[in-house]
Amino acid sequence: MITMKINGVEVKAEEGWTILETAKFYGLEIPTLCHHEGLTPYGGCRLCLVEIGEGPRAKLVSSCTYPAEEGLVVHTDTKRVVQARRMMIELMLSVAPYSKVIQDLASKFGVTRMRFKIRNEECILCGLCVRMCEEQMDGKAIGFQNRGFQRKISTPFDLRSEECRLCGGCIYICPACQLRCQGPQAETAICNACLTMEPTCLDFYDELQCWMYDAGRCGTCVREKKS
Amino acid sequence: MSVHPTINLDSLQEIVERHGYNKNKLIAILQDIQAVYHYLPAEALKTLSKLLKIPLIDIISVATFYRAFSLTPKGRHVATVCLGTACHVRGAPKILEEFERQLNIRRGETTEDGEWSLETVACLGCCAIGPVVVVDGDYHAHTSIRKVPTILGKYGK
Repeated sequence: MITMKINGVEVKAEEGWTILETAKFYGLEIPTLCHHEGLTPYGGCRLCLVEIGEGPRAKLVSSCTYPAEEGLVVHTDTKRVVQARRMMIELMLSVAPYSKVIQDLASKFGVTRMRFKIRNEECILCGLCVRMCEEQMDGKAIGFQNRGFQRKISTPFDLRSEECRLCGGCIYICPACQLRCQGPQAETAICNACLTMEPTCLDFYDELQCWMYDAGRCGTCVREKKS
Repeated sequence: MSVHPTINLDSLQEIVERHGYNKNKLIAILQDIQAVYHYLPAEALKTLSKLLKIPLIDIISVATFYRAFSLTPKGRHVATVCLGTACHVRGAPKILEEFERQLNIRRGETTEDGEWSLETVACLGCCAIGPVVVVDGDYHAHTSIRKVPTILGKYGK
């Protein structure tokens, strides 16, 4: 057993756990995007950043890849951490503004402005589909290509891959190219409708009557009406 | 007649054998393949993935990551214009423009007759002799726009 501190609380982690797993075990919420149980940690989206250490030597690490260590001091929601997360959301939103997953994150973390040029690339290079294809589907049909600004995920030579069995696992797991945000079209790229929208439903009905059910529920029905 | 040798799978086998079918030597193998064909032919990469038993996409990832590898055919001569800081301030962009004009291609392209390819590089490390142009491994120091036709003429244009 490893003993460490998360947000001042002494926690015990098992050998081989990451900070994220430990926090999850104790019910502490750390947002994630490129992390998925059943796939190897990638540490690409940087949403799960936490601060380790104390004082001026404290540094930001991705909790999904950082192993739990004896005597580690972790803070999951300092100002620095939240600012870094907001920046990541802002950057990802500028690349894939139609993604509901990222729009929801923006609303959740109060990202209300965007200072970057919108690129509409609909891929945030989180690598979920690549790992899904390789690890769960045993396909190895898609992968990263090129580098830097031109980095992309594709099949070899951009042609239909011989390894691809059209299982659809990559589409199933993608947070960016599927699940369009259903909120009212805003003038800016950030919708934030879930933050500002007047509740359209006042009671919670079952899934048959909720018009937002397929899109993943807006959640307004269970939230207090904003005064 | 094509400028490139036709794809010969025996030579590929030989290259892989020389490296002992070692997956870890992928980059060295790719370099050897490129030395033969001047680029990485798709057929060769597909065969390589079978010989080395690694997924094709992994080979593609490596081949597209490094600027040294090319998936499109290269010309017989490759002119590389250095656009590093030192060469840049001494007028490398204008030299590049002159090359583009003379060869009638853009950077990164190959002429239709397959004779010339034009490449750029960020720095070659020999800033003292800049602006530098490298043609087929020969370094041409202190190049200027006026010297461009001479350089091209040396290699048969």
